[in-house]
Amino acid sequence: MSVVQIKEVTKQFGPTTALQSIDLEIEEREFVSLIGPSGCGKSTLLRIIGDLIQPTSGTALVNGKAARQGRIDRDYGIVFQDAVLYDWRTVAKNIALPLELARWGRKRRAAKVEEMVELVELGGFESHYPWQLSGGMQQRVAIARALSFDPALLLMDEPFGALDEMTRERLNIELLNIWEASGSTIVFVTHSIAEAVFLSTRVVVMSPRPGRIADVIPIDLPRPRSAVTREDPRFFELVTQVREALHLGHDTDRKAAAPA
Amino acid sequence: MSAIALEAPRARGLALRRGIGRVLLFVLVGAALWGFWEGYRALWMREHWTWPFVVTDTAMPHIHSIFQALVEPARPGGVGPRLITILFHAALFTAKEAAAGFALGAILGFSLGVVLAHFTVLRRGFLPWVVASQTVPILVVAPMVVVWLNPRLPTQLKDWGAVAVIAAYLTFFPVTINTIRGLQSADRRAVELMRSYAAGEWSILWKLRVPAALPYIFAALKVSATASVVGAIIGELPSSIQDGLGGQIINYSQYYTIQPTGLWATNVIAAALGISFFLVVLLAEKLVVRRAPEHVA
Repeated sequence: MSVVQIKEVTKQFGPTTALQSIDLEIEEREFVSLIGPSGCGKSTLLRIIGDLIQPTSGTALVNGKAARQGRIDRDYGIVFQDAVLYDWRTVAKNIALPLELARWGRKRRAAKVEEMVELVELGGFESHYPWQLSGGMQQRVAIARALSFDPALLLMDEPFGALDEMTRERLNIELLNIWEASGSTIVFVTHSIAEAVFLSTRVVVMSPRPGRIADVIPIDLPRPRSAVTREDPRFFELVTQVREALHLGHDTDRKAAAPA
Repeated sequence: MSAIALEAPRARGLALRRGIGRVLLFVLVGAALWGFWEGYRALWMREHWTWPFVVTDTAMPHIHSIFQALVEPARPGGVGPRLITILFHAALFTAKEAAAGFALGAILGFSLGVVLAHFTVLRRGFLPWVVASQTVPILVVAPMVVVWLNPRLPTQLKDWGAVAVIAAYLTFFPVTINTIRGLQSADRRAVELMRSYAAGEWSILWKLRVPAALPYIFAALKVSATASVVGAIIGELPSSIQDGLGGQIINYSQYYTIQPTGLWATNVIAAALGISFFLVVLLAEKLVVRRAPEHVA
């Protein structure tokens, strides 16, 4: 069964059409990246899947249920560009927040937090406050928090966008390890072509005004992926393919705008 | 990574040194003010300047004679308890009223802030009236509160209970305003995050909005702490309460020309009470609010 099913989704913000007739299905254990220029509606699409905003028309299903029910059943975890950690909570307490809300017992919570801290390699930092951590470490806490309640789906909105290139590449590899270990499905919004190609099983290329899917490119790079993958000729071919799809989407946009 | 862990004890040492620095600075400025007062006095008296007022021992007593008056017997002639003993008991009485008023005002102010932050219509309708309530002089409100409440109060609360309500009247306002502001300060994405965890409004309030509002609320509580002491002192006047600092102020105002140091000494004690209220709130803030160092005032 598909984890995410988007059917004919359109989203209007006043007079602007942020998304127009989007159809997308994401299977279990997929890693799908949404890529496109600013204003193509990729973050909007992610928020519709998460029921943080509602589509103007069309339907979004998560695990075969309406997105709203998916949210209420805690079917997904979400990570934003900024870690959005709570300053007044330690690393351990930040990770435990969703578990508190789900009314887990204290012991079960502590055990899970320990497991998550290990997963994101933050052992020894449990009682640190967010402002005592680097940006990359904060983002790892955010990922641990999103995965703490074992959601089937992980939604990530440019999670590494604010980090430097070195940290970003390291966290990309860590994220793939986490993805393989946790068995979740990931929808990943990014600006970076290289990042999308490196991480994904499929790259969804979007174009703006109105936001729509320009192309879907399957990524057949071998796994496990590592630093070597980035030097694979096939990696460059796919990067080129995504780049061309992006530019094509952009050009049709310009042509469409020209007569007006 | 380990560098961050190593920095923690050093940061603590730094905080201690900064704390000592602050205390030194406080003492230094105090000494400077003392010097300014005495210098002004000496200069005006020597030159016989009359502007803006004639400086005499009555108008501006020596600072040291103010402190001396504190440790001397209150009554001229050297009998009875020392002035500081009398004022200490008066301060305790006023502190009781102010503390009760502060607690009442803080709880009321916070609750009102939560309600007004949550319901836009109520906020638009009521906030102007909340503001208006503070434009009414407290000297007008105080006698009315005493007249309304005193006949209804049980004996344990008689008189000072009404004063506590007057202190609360001055306390709640900053708390309400800052609670509203603080609750609305929560990051939009932090709210989305809570919704993604299927958190209800109640959980969002207690787990996100209130903790995010705490620095704002404490900023207001610091203002309110000193305001509650002022409110209690003013509240004592129309209620004819003799046991508090307000009673002492009335008393020593009447004897000012004979014994000016009495009123000054009472002022010193009243200020000390206000400062200790402020410090208690500051201490509570240090214990409760966990924030990045640059966020803590």
